[in-house]
Amino acid sequence: MASFKPTKIPVYPKLGEKVTQDTLYWKNYKAPVQIKEYGAVSNIDFSPVAPHNFAVTAFSRIHVYGPFSQEPVKTFTRFKDTAYCGRFRSDGQLLVAGCEDSVVRLFDVSGRVALRMFKGHTKAVHVTDFTSDRYQILTGSDDYTCRLWDIPNAAELSTYREHTDYIRCGVTSKLNRDLFITASGSYDHTLKVFDARAEKSVMTMDHGQPVESLLLYPSEGLLVSAGCGRYVKVWDLLKGGQPLVLLKNHHKTITCLALGSNGERLLSASLDRHVKVYNTTTYKVVHNFDYAAAILSLALAPDDESIVVGMTNSILSIKHRKHTEESKEMMSQQRRRPSYRVFVKGKNFVPKPDDYLVSKPVKEHLAKYDRELKKFNVSKALDASLEIWLRKKKPEITVGVIKELDRRGTLKNALAGRDEEQLSQLLHFVIGNIVDTRFAPIILTAAEMILDIYKSVIGQSALIDQQLLRLQNILESEINLEQELLEVLGMLDTMFATSVTRKEVPYSDVGRSNGLAQGEASSSRPELFRPPEIK
Amino acid sequence: MVEQAEIRVVHQGGSNITFREPAISSDSRFLLCASGHNVKVFSTVTEECVQELRGHADLVTGVLLRPSNHLQAYSCSADGTVRLWDFTDGILIKTYVIGYPICSIYASASHDGVIFIATPTKGYKTLDSLQLLAVHLPQTAGQLVETSDLSAVLSDVSANPATVAFGRAGEYVASTNGVQLQIFFFKKQKSFRFSLKENSCSGRSNTFTCVACHPTDDCIATGHEDGKIRLWRNFDQKREYTYRTLHWHHSTVRALCFTPEGSNLLSGGVESVLVQWRYQQESQQDFLPRLGAAITHIAVSPDGALFCTSHSDNKIVLIQSCVKVSSIIQGLVKGEAVQTDLMVDPRSKALVLNGKPGHLQFYSLQRDRLLFNLDVVQQEFIHQEGLDQFQVVMATLDGAGAWLATVEERKQETAEAELNLKLWAFDEPSQSFVLNTTVSTPHEVRITAVTFDPAARGQTSLLVSCGRDGLFKAWRLAVPAHPDDGGPSWTCDFVSAYHGLTPQRCCFSADGSLLAVGFQEVVTVWSPASWELLLTLSQPPGIIRDLCFGRLSCSKFLLGTTSSNQLCCWNLLTCSLEWSTSMEVSLLLADPLSDNMAAFCHQDGNTDLFVFKPSEPRPLFSQKAVCSGRVSRAVFAPREVALESCEESSQWLNRSQLYFLTPLMDLLTFSTRAEEERLMTASKQLVVDDSVAMTPFQLLLGKRRPHHQAAVEDPAVRPPADRPVPPGGSAAVRELLQSPAHVLPAAAALCSVFMEALLGVATETRSEPELITMENETSAGETPSDDQEMETRATRPERGLLETDSADPVLSRAQVRELRRVRKLDHSWFSSLLDS
Repeated sequence: MASFKPTKIPVYPKLGEKVTQDTLYWKNYKAPVQIKEYGAVSNIDFSPVAPHNFAVTAFSRIHVYGPFSQEPVKTFTRFKDTAYCGRFRSDGQLLVAGCEDSVVRLFDVSGRVALRMFKGHTKAVHVTDFTSDRYQILTGSDDYTCRLWDIPNAAELSTYREHTDYIRCGVTSKLNRDLFITASGSYDHTLKVFDARAEKSVMTMDHGQPVESLLLYPSEGLLVSAGCGRYVKVWDLLKGGQPLVLLKNHHKTITCLALGSNGERLLSASLDRHVKVYNTTTYKVVHNFDYAAAILSLALAPDDESIVVGMTNSILSIKHRKHTEESKEMMSQQRRRPSYRVFVKGKNFVPKPDDYLVSKPVKEHLAKYDRELKKFNVSKALDASLEIWLRKKKPEITVGVIKELDRRGTLKNALAGRDEEQLSQLLHFVIGNIVDTRFAPIILTAAEMILDIYKSVIGQSALIDQQLLRLQNILESEINLEQELLEVLGMLDTMFATSVTRKEVPYSDVGRSNGLAQGEASSSRPELFRPPEIK
Repeated sequence: MVEQAEIRVVHQGGSNITFREPAISSDSRFLLCASGHNVKVFSTVTEECVQELRGHADLVTGVLLRPSNHLQAYSCSADGTVRLWDFTDGILIKTYVIGYPICSIYASASHDGVIFIATPTKGYKTLDSLQLLAVHLPQTAGQLVETSDLSAVLSDVSANPATVAFGRAGEYVASTNGVQLQIFFFKKQKSFRFSLKENSCSGRSNTFTCVACHPTDDCIATGHEDGKIRLWRNFDQKREYTYRTLHWHHSTVRALCFTPEGSNLLSGGVESVLVQWRYQQESQQDFLPRLGAAITHIAVSPDGALFCTSHSDNKIVLIQSCVKVSSIIQGLVKGEAVQTDLMVDPRSKALVLNGKPGHLQFYSLQRDRLLFNLDVVQQEFIHQEGLDQFQVVMATLDGAGAWLATVEERKQETAEAELNLKLWAFDEPSQSFVLNTTVSTPHEVRITAVTFDPAARGQTSLLVSCGRDGLFKAWRLAVPAHPDDGGPSWTCDFVSAYHGLTPQRCCFSADGSLLAVGFQEVVTVWSPASWELLLTLSQPPGIIRDLCFGRLSCSKFLLGTTSSNQLCCWNLLTCSLEWSTSMEVSLLLADPLSDNMAAFCHQDGNTDLFVFKPSEPRPLFSQKAVCSGRVSRAVFAPREVALESCEESSQWLNRSQLYFLTPLMDLLTFSTRAEEERLMTASKQLVVDDSVAMTPFQLLLGKRRPHHQAAVEDPAVRPPADRPVPPGGSAAVRELLQSPAHVLPAAAALCSVFMEALLGVATETRSEPELITMENETSAGETPSDDQEMETRATRPERGLLETDSADPVLSRAQVRELRRVRKLDHSWFSSLLDS
């Protein structure tokens, strides 16, 4: 006959963050390595060649760290004042940095002393970069100018004086040796594209806010800009600088942008201590990192091997990626389960066409509480569902069984007749879950029954009394909370009511006059439906 | 007047088969049960109804095998007759006229020529007080026999037929009424009475509910309301009687039965568990749990090999004595009330309504057979009286039958009502509905109405639900944002209210462009595309009871009925009341295939039917008093083949048929004379010749035999050209079939002759329309395992003869389907080969 139908465990919507591929990917980093620097870390740049050392610009020093070293492998200290924007050349041999004293210095990564000094700016130089032909340097300065320098003879090639405010960020094209883009911070708000072959800028875009960071996509069709206005803007350069996307996910100035996963993810770091990861096809936030202090700089090693973040409290945080063999080690530490082969044994056998199939009746497996319910052992079923791992890990199963007992009208029988230990277990579960909105209705019923049944023995056990007092406290605080929430709701309602403009109620003549009056008027019509007569 | 006589109300199948205890024939092949005014004979193997014994003019109240002839059966009826049947041939042998309504019938092997009947005591009109009479059946010839030789045996007999039983070799009869057990010894002509206290010490009633006597031992088993079974002994003494109490059942014992050898006692009740007690070792019990519904009767075949239990959900379960269910005969499941609307599944053309508790049943109207039960609640049903169970209160299907929405409720009256809205998608491979979305507590309070947009297809499906909380909500199928979240599911799309009034009814126009929601006294019309309130229609005071848009040419009309007995029709183009009339309409519904509407009006305790077009002032058809009481459930079922009736009054039945449920849960329909005539001829063809059960092989070979005989009787109707003589020569064929295989020539040589015979006749017979009985795919797939097995068995002998090459024992699904098709074709050529 019909088989026993197991207790239905309701599926509740999962609370909290959804686990996606992205969260798994971006969570797969080891605990961060924290290094104290001499001052706020203003810039981090990875060497384009293996082993991908990275240069960290902090106060008047530039430290170069190896991929796994916790001590700098190289230090450049020949700055008179705060250094800015230490960047590697594309072959990883040279490093350029600006300085508060307006001198731009060029270093050999193996040397100590500056190879070249570029003098000409009158104020601090915040932007330095190599052009793609590797023989020229772009600099941008607080004197509103940006200049191109020739490396071999340290001569100034050209000067552009189009910006009307400090220049705080800039990038050079990796594909075209003549193209570079600068943006000025503070008051100017513009992004300008310069061509070294032309005298003037070839394209101007208005970011609308001071710009702090710029990023060119590897294809160089898209430009990303971010700054004080908390916006990240994506521009389509091939369409003449048309704004493409506007992202507003931070609530403080965005200080740094980076690309990860071969340009499939965009990262933005902000003074609000968050790093957000965007999908570059949908421009949706797929992950979020939290840091201890406001973030000034951010860089990713190629293949996302490590994430390096520099903060205002002069801490450099380096996160290295967990590798598969390491995670495997973690797995092997866990209990060995029977191999996959055991489970699929015989399951994937394909019968030959002339085989005769003998089907074996599948034995239905029931959970322990269902086996007891099948036998109408209600107390035992409740005990089975109150097993410690079940009520901790899957409270919905316990609640489902309580609900089933209530439906069968035997919840009272199941709750009654318990000793101190069992009752304290039960109360423990009730206390833990009574404020959960998903379970509240059914647990409230059960709690009422428990109080009804055991009110005669209150005062006989200190443990139970203590738990009942806790239950009372929890309920009181919950009631207070709800009251406060209702007050907030009321306040919000008034705010919404004032903010919404009053709409005119659509008043239709036709709609109003079709009622009784019209009905009476139409009763004079000749083709009135009359109750039919039966002959 | 003549026209109205054309259409009459008829019972449409689904009659109760568990009203009285069924009887199993001595060879365990047939099961006889009372069903309405007829007795139905079922085959215990195939579960098919093989014979219907018609003749009684009133409810049949008992069926009994004749003790002296195991091929004959008595049936008694409230029309005051006892009839003797040859149930294998379906022949009425004798009719004994008693003259009083008969409530039940008993017989004993040792009382030859005597039957015992329970009839109301003279002077009492009600069924409260009955008396048991012995009727000596006169041995006169002739069909109709008057009986006058009546003698009273016992008075004060309960109306429940289970409370009378005959003891060992018919020596005594035991009867219970209330808390009294009465035993009458025929030889001594002496009766004993034993009484129990009204209530046992635990406060539960001691009332007797059923009684059974041991066939070889002096022992009487009685069942009680508190679930106890008492075994009485020494009851031929006034004082020294003893009884032993067995207690397993927690509620009323409804049925008790001893097996023929007396080795076991069977009992059953509300728990729907069949309990088998070993006689003399009562501590040993066997159980057969979860039989589906409360057991009302238990019967055992005379050889003890087969048990059968009747259940309150109109089901008979046949159980082999090793306590294993062998087959189930299921009628239309009837509860106390059908809470869902009647619906017609567009795919299977089956009627959909409440079935077993927590289930929806799909009942084929054409075949008068339950197709399947859909488990909506999906919870273990606890058979206990007074328990608040989940009930399916609403169900609706969308236009294409691709989606089903159900609403289930528990604790409807209290504040903590539990409500679930479930949406089911039709699954093509399994040909059934699969749960897609469960919405728990879709509305705070009870749901008053749910409807699908009839025009929407596929992904744009729209469901509207109205609740007592003053809201109506629109639900749409939404594809989840993340592909890992599974397939599409239903989400709430729009919520609205109107001045805090309670929406009672909602209705979509046929094209789905308008939604009318009745908020108590106001009808609001919304556009589902933009969710704009288009207009409101207020109307003569009274709460809206029903809303219905006109169809086809009358789609500009919106009809509504109110609690102040008004039927109103608004014109949606002018937004004015077109007409209104005062009648108490209990149900208003529109025919989906024509522009007709049907209104059931409740008047003076009777229900009248009016069929009308909203655009015309005169009704197309009207009939007074189609049934007593208020009709609240009805449906227009589309016909498979449209009728071509020219009569004005019956034209509305051409494309659809109107079914309705009476307050007593009888399913009735309207039938025209032409249709009845057609049915009559069809039923004549179905009469089974010989006394063989309807086996698959018989279906294969004997299908055409009566037809063939009819053709011989009436050559004018069936010209001989219709049935060509099969080629090959009959004598040769017979010789071929009878001679052993090893003396025959090679099968390859014979094959072509047979193939020619097959081709020649099959092309001819294919043109005969009544032979190709197209069965619905879903209905045929309902019992796939049985059917397939049957067909493979059935077709094998034929295959062995016809096809010598490429015999493939393992049949694929496609092959099975092909075989099924072959089965439906005509195989009479084969039998005619045998005949000639």
